Amino acid sequence: MSMLQVSVYRYNPETDSAPYMQEFQVDTQGRDVMVLNVLAMIKEQDSSMAYRRSCREGVCGSDGMNMNGKNGLACITPLSEVVKGGKLTLRPLPGLPVIRDLVVDMALFYKQYERIQPYLQNDNPEPAIERLQSPEDRDKLDGLYECILCACCSTSCPSFWWNPDKFVGPAGLLQSYRFLADSRDEATSERLAELEDPFSVFRCRGIMNCVAVCPKGLNPTRAIGKIREMLLANAT
Amino acid sequence: MSNMRSLTFDAIIIGGGGSGLRAALELAKSGKKTAVLSKVFPTRSHTVSAQGGITCAIASADPNDDWRWHMYDTVKGGDYIADQDAAEYMCSEGPKAVFELEHMGLPFSRFDNGRIYQRPFGGQSKDFGKGGQAARTCAAADRTGHALLHTLYQNNLKNNTTFLNEWYAVDLVKNADGDVVGCIAMCIETGEVVHVKSKATVLATGGAGRIYASTTNALINTGDGIGMALRAGFPMQDMEMWQFHPTGIYGAGTLVTEGCRGEGGYLVNKDGERFMERYAPNAKDLAGRDVVARSMVMEILEGRGCGENGDHVMLKLDHLGEDVLGKRLPGIVELSKTFAHVDPAKEPIPVVPTCHYMMGGIPTNVHGQAVMQDEEGNDQIVNGLFACGEAACVSVHGANRLGGNSLLDLVVFGRAAGMYIESALNEGIEYLDAAQSDIDAAMTRLNRWNESSGGESVPALKAELQDIMQSAFGVFRQEDNMQEGVKKLAELRERINNAHLGDKSNAFNTARVEALELDNLMEVAEATAVSALERKESRGAHSRYDYPDRDDVNWLKHSVFFPATKTLGKRDVNFSPKTVDTFEPKVRTY
Amino acid sequence: MVTNITNFGRSGLSDWLIQRASAVILALYTLFIVGYLLLHPNLDYATWSGLFGATWMRIFSLLAFVSMAAHAWIGLWTVTTDYIKPTGIRISAQAVIILAIFVFLVWGVQVLWGA
Repeated sequence: MSMLQVSVYRYNPETDSAPYMQEFQVDTQGRDVMVLNVLAMIKEQDSSMAYRRSCREGVCGSDGMNMNGKNGLACITPLSEVVKGGKLTLRPLPGLPVIRDLVVDMALFYKQYERIQPYLQNDNPEPAIERLQSPEDRDKLDGLYECILCACCSTSCPSFWWNPDKFVGPAGLLQSYRFLADSRDEATSERLAELEDPFSVFRCRGIMNCVAVCPKGLNPTRAIGKIREMLLANAT
Repeated sequence: MSNMRSLTFDAIIIGGGGSGLRAALELAKSGKKTAVLSKVFPTRSHTVSAQGGITCAIASADPNDDWRWHMYDTVKGGDYIADQDAAEYMCSEGPKAVFELEHMGLPFSRFDNGRIYQRPFGGQSKDFGKGGQAARTCAAADRTGHALLHTLYQNNLKNNTTFLNEWYAVDLVKNADGDVVGCIAMCIETGEVVHVKSKATVLATGGAGRIYASTTNALINTGDGIGMALRAGFPMQDMEMWQFHPTGIYGAGTLVTEGCRGEGGYLVNKDGERFMERYAPNAKDLAGRDVVARSMVMEILEGRGCGENGDHVMLKLDHLGEDVLGKRLPGIVELSKTFAHVDPAKEPIPVVPTCHYMMGGIPTNVHGQAVMQDEEGNDQIVNGLFACGEAACVSVHGANRLGGNSLLDLVVFGRAAGMYIESALNEGIEYLDAAQSDIDAAMTRLNRWNESSGGESVPALKAELQDIMQSAFGVFRQEDNMQEGVKKLAELRERINNAHLGDKSNAFNTARVEALELDNLMEVAEATAVSALERKESRGAHSRYDYPDRDDVNWLKHSVFFPATKTLGKRDVNFSPKTVDTFEPKVRTY
Repeated sequence: MVTNITNFGRSGLSDWLIQRASAVILALYTLFIVGYLLLHPNLDYATWSGLFGATWMRIFSLLAFVSMAAHAWIGLWTVTTDYIKPTGIRISAQAVIILAIFVFLVWGVQVLWGA
């Protein structure tokens, strides 16, 4: 028997006045399974355990959570990567209101995403075929469009913790730059005008927590730097 | 439950994947009061996992490409039970739908001339099979589904679509005339149950690969729309046709795109032999998926499988070089490292055929209208009910879907359903309101779970169901095995009817959702089992040891499963495309 | 766009630019002072007073003081908006900070030219 000790954040608004940590013993049979598998085993012990999951391969972004202190996706995080001293502690993503157990209310996160107008804007008449784009221009979108909106980055960012209503956050800014960088988008100056206030972009202090946790290996800090450069170029 | 709140829409779209979002976009633009109801936030739908691309004759890789060639491939790939009017519609409308996606911002990869990048995929040909391999699959690296789903969600935001995210549709509500006039739905966050009234109910709920123990499908693919339609008494078509994707990662089940072979990768057995050369001398590794999957199983059964247990084969990509892998298949590199602990630039990836796609589903016409049969066996439209995407069986995929055709199916028929509903709403639709007894009927099973006081647990029953399906209804099938499977499923249904929901809380109760999903898995599994047992031939993805040949005399037909009697009927395949000559059934070789 | 009336330039971009420009000036000033002190190990009052008697040094020092004021205000304004959520307390804190910066600035000018 190779028992893993798992400590999980529990909170059910209907029955609990305050959240608490619950201990589980999980038999992994010595296999290096993913954290999501461990959660499924816990749910078999206690069906009231709540967490989100969907694709179980790291592309849908459902199961972002805090594992032994670091945000990541449970489905692509093997135990060998996070477990220290035979113990695993699971908490919801920090900084967002908890609905139940590991499920957080992501409304603020989505609101910031919607605020940057995350869609291509181009009022020119559409050609009969596709709009042409050179491979070099298309390359500029690599490292940007792959975001899965898991919120691991934004919820590891202190600036987003303090001002989730005003600071767009790394995920939203990465998407903002994805459209600013798209050769087919024509709303550059409108997009920039929406960002030049002291909070939306400039609350980023460049501590790169977002880069450290991004499960897709993306770099929001670099994108934010590029937005600043564009704002500067636009205003001087 | 008389104090239940009701929500009223012109159209309710159940499912926030590719087809649901495409239908919603069409309706949102038209100004109709539309809502998308999805059990997960839309970008977490399974469309996001599609990798290789969207197949469509946009004449980019080959300026002379022709949608008719694509249609020929589709019909042949489906082993001639794809409806040719539907395949014609999909392949000819396809380019429009793909260009629309590009205009919406989908970040397709590009050729040097700035046009959309297209790669070769399985079963593709030029000149009606006579001109060699075609490259027809439009791709955004190997993350096309992700790019497509996010683009559609973004454009729905742009057009102010109403979203009911993390809501679960429980069952359809039918009025006294048998028309579908809405559904019962539950807000997962609060547990509130509401009656959704709608003139058009679109089931865009995707597939149900989770009936199998080993599948590339997301955990959410539990056939909710199929279950709802079956419980409402509507028939299912071609449910025996399940695609096993040749390259699921051994042990994990995660998908490795056919695009790997399109870019030049190939399968090898334990002797390092490129065995597909023996089974499909022309197309080799790019034969139809059913053909490749069967060949792999043959290799394994004949003792040429890899690994300690000889139970898988290898996908070789290392000869492509790190540049091609990094540029064209970056997601695959990531997935192999995570789930197979293999760097494909250095070592081959262990793969095994894995349940991937449901060709069958709710029979519909090209407008997405659900179809049932009257007593004489004639097609009859179901008022108020629509289906599109994997949940629907239009049927463009017949007995075997070609790679890259699912994303095209989603956007073409999601769009078609949206357009049809818009015009129908403009002309005016009036159905009888649902009576309280109709609503009560749709509440039956939710009430059953909520009142359960003891019995077996959901996860154990689900695992049992998946094992039955995996062992009796896999790549190769035979009578006695399947009979045994059908019997076990009947017993299992009884046990599920008496199973227990332990957690009855309201806030984000995922146990309740999983219990409701189990009912749907059961419905899909039973329809699959009966259909597979009764189709006494081998065609496309349905391969039987006891009936190894295709039987065009008796089975050049759709199968239709009737839930009330649990029996199988037949439905004519459409052989009358409007603008091209019929593709007559031929022996299918690659 | 998030609107604000209490930040310095009413624009995040100008704040950001001022923050960086003032940091450069402060760095230069610090380097100069440290360098001067190292080059004058036996510094006496007359030399020191002579240095600050020069007009260019007074301008350089004033520039540094103004930079310090701007830099401090932007930085502390950010800190107060991050951590102090009740509006009343935040505005009071900001008023105290402004007053302090103003006093130090006027005092600095007096030191430079009043001697």
